[in-house]
Amino acid sequence: MEERANAESKQYVVFKLGKEDYGLDIQKVTTIERMMPAARVPKTPDFIKGVINLRGEIIPVMDLRRKFGLPPVEETDETRIIILKFDDITFGIIVDEVDEVLDLTEESIENVSSFTNDLSMDYIYGVGKVDDRIVTLLNLEKLSDIGEEETEGE
Amino acid sequence: MDMSQYLEIFIDETKEHLQGLNQSLLQLEQNPEDTSVLNEIFRVAHTLKGMSGTMGFTKMAKLTHDMENVLQALRNNQIKVTSKLVDLLFQCLDALENYTDNIVNSGNEGSNEYNDIIKELNDTIQSKSSSQAQQKSASSGRKPEDSAETPQEQNQRPTANIKLNQYEQNVANKAIEMNMNVFMITVVLNKGCVLKSARAFIIFQTLERHGEIIKSEPKVEDIEDEKFDFEFTVVCVSKEGADVFKRDISGIAEIDDVIVVPVQTVEISNTAIQNDDNPIEADTQSKEDDVHTQEDKSESNTASQAHKTKTGKTVRVDIDRLDVLMNLVSELIIIKTRLAGFNGIEGSQTYNETIEYLERITTSLNDAVMKVRMVPVEMVFNRFPRMIRDVAREIGKEIQLNMSGVETELDRTVIDEIGDPLIHLLRNSADHGIESKEKRLEMGKPAVGHIDLRAYQDGDNVVIEVADDGQGINLEKVKNKAIERGLIKKEMAHTLSPKDIIDFLFKPSFSTSDSVTNLSGRGVGLDVVKTKIEQLGGIVEVETEAGKGSRFIIRLPLTLAIIQALLVMVGNEKYAIPLSSTKEIIKITPDQIKMVQKQEVFLLRNTVVPIVRLDQILEVPEIERTKKDMTVVIVKKGEKLSGFLVDSLIGQQEIVIKSLGKLLSGIKWIAGATILGDGNVALILDVNLLAV
Repeated sequence: MEERANAESKQYVVFKLGKEDYGLDIQKVTTIERMMPAARVPKTPDFIKGVINLRGEIIPVMDLRRKFGLPPVEETDETRIIILKFDDITFGIIVDEVDEVLDLTEESIENVSSFTNDLSMDYIYGVGKVDDRIVTLLNLEKLSDIGEEETEGE
Repeated sequence: MDMSQYLEIFIDETKEHLQGLNQSLLQLEQNPEDTSVLNEIFRVAHTLKGMSGTMGFTKMAKLTHDMENVLQALRNNQIKVTSKLVDLLFQCLDALENYTDNIVNSGNEGSNEYNDIIKELNDTIQSKSSSQAQQKSASSGRKPEDSAETPQEQNQRPTANIKLNQYEQNVANKAIEMNMNVFMITVVLNKGCVLKSARAFIIFQTLERHGEIIKSEPKVEDIEDEKFDFEFTVVCVSKEGADVFKRDISGIAEIDDVIVVPVQTVEISNTAIQNDDNPIEADTQSKEDDVHTQEDKSESNTASQAHKTKTGKTVRVDIDRLDVLMNLVSELIIIKTRLAGFNGIEGSQTYNETIEYLERITTSLNDAVMKVRMVPVEMVFNRFPRMIRDVAREIGKEIQLNMSGVETELDRTVIDEIGDPLIHLLRNSADHGIESKEKRLEMGKPAVGHIDLRAYQDGDNVVIEVADDGQGINLEKVKNKAIERGLIKKEMAHTLSPKDIIDFLFKPSFSTSDSVTNLSGRGVGLDVVKTKIEQLGGIVEVETEAGKGSRFIIRLPLTLAIIQALLVMVGNEKYAIPLSSTKEIIKITPDQIKMVQKQEVFLLRNTVVPIVRLDQILEVPEIERTKKDMTVVIVKKGEKLSGFLVDSLIGQQEIVIKSLGKLLSGIKWIAGATILGDGNVALILDVNLLAV
């Protein structure tokens, strides 16, 4: 691990959604927050949970379970909102649990085109393998693109 | 040397100067004889030349230099102000604006040299009658030669001129009596020199090694502030000879030329008399020079005065910093509201007093910050006279634009946005409102059409009106067009009120059609105007009278950031309705609701008011309602009323408008969000979109 953790490796925040592990580029993660009440915003796709007040800032929050077509679960003490920021867009995603930060090298990431996953295929840019674990790496650009989804969602 | 840190200042100042130039040129066109305006134009051109030269924008400097030559000739009455000349100067202005735009966009001035304009400028000077004048202006363009009279010729530039006061003359005379030398030294810096003041400092030090500087033109302070062109002149007393000075100063880098002229007693006494305002007859040449010198002096005086009033009282602040400040104030207001919501310390007198005090302070603080962000509408208005002038020429009409209330202030963000809509409206008025000269005379109207642009504050709104005394809107034509386009059924058309008909004009693509002609055609889309104004939280109204003219009224909110709002419950969700658009709140019973054309309405003092069921439109999750009577918030959209059905009222509150963020931008019905005292988020309803 130590050797890998230099030059070519990137750090990923790993979180749980259902049984799967997902990873996000740590550079895009601003903070990780405990669950807080969100105000529903009308006329948005159903996976948009609403907006939250994060220390005076209004931030839209996405229910990732909904987005990926997973069955809803009760929130627990482990439920977190990961606040992401890239380009000028800031938003949060609700996840079941945040695990750890992983170092992944380029070689340990496999391109996703070699297998299919119909629903969430688009939001995935690769699969990282560390020891025996498999972490699905998310493509934020696609995730934040809710425009096309809007018609689909309604 | 990195110039980028100066670039922004340069751009800001250049824009300011160009704006001033624009106004002065318009004034000059009105009063060609006004020398003070001419002086002002000259001053601006001169400043721009210096600034652009310093920044290395040589093309810009060249253009302003040639402009300056023409202006100088004008000031000397060698040529007269003609409309052609004003046009030419306007072209120069446009060219300079282009340069500036290029600099803003790309950091360099671009490649266009505007040789045609420069040629025309030079032709203008060539054509003037006086041969003496020709010689003058030509010499100002050239670099001074070593001859003794060159510095005199340099007097064309106000800064290059030296006059000694009584004290300095005494010093000089004493020195000459003591067999010391007095020199007038003119140093010309290289045009590529960037740190002019530093260079000048080195020169001063060198000079002071050999003698004493008794006078400097421009003043030493100005030189330190880089408020000079590429040359300056000093009078220096020394035991050394002229060659020593020349040698030492030429040895300094970035200097193009050094002219050392020994000053004789005679000359000094001459200037002495001149200063006492008792000019004596000398030979004609020197008299001529004196006239110039004095003119130049008065000019540079006014220039420095104008400069003084501008500096010292204002600070340039990046708008982002103001936004940060604004945000902090918003936070403070939120937390204040939250504090005020605590009833924890029951009936504590001091607690209430403290809260009230805090409230007063935050309100004043908010006002103060808002005021900082306020800028007079003049910022946008001042480009309109020129625009109307050009449009009027283009379409061959005579139009006078009257502006009033230019000092009315609006939030910076609003100011930035209203320019385009206003241009649309003004063009519209000029193009379609005002009739041709012949037609106007025929109708017994004055030949010159008038457009009034008026701004004033009305409560929490700023109103901007664009009114013309033209032909008004031909409602019949608009109605027919609406029928033709299928916007309304023919049999329904007669029920339309004039207001309804006017509303068609604001429909997208309606105005772009070719045959409504009287109002539109050239792609002047009124729908764009409306959209923009509504985005800013404002409304547009139109009043029109056939044959008398039309009036477009724009109402804008004073500020975009903090508003008074009415908080309501819809289902279990909280929403805010801007108080400025609510008219009243009433309670009705379900049986008061009637159906008219599939639209629920009720009667409010004999006015039919459509009902908007917020819970349905906003898809609020159902709750069980036990109450019989319903609470209706009457909102106004322009002059139309709508009734928003809500479940209960929470109250009135000062709220801070926040954006929903980029991810959710463009969500219908919602204008933004706000944070309530309890930390929860409430959405702000977009009344203009929700109202029917």
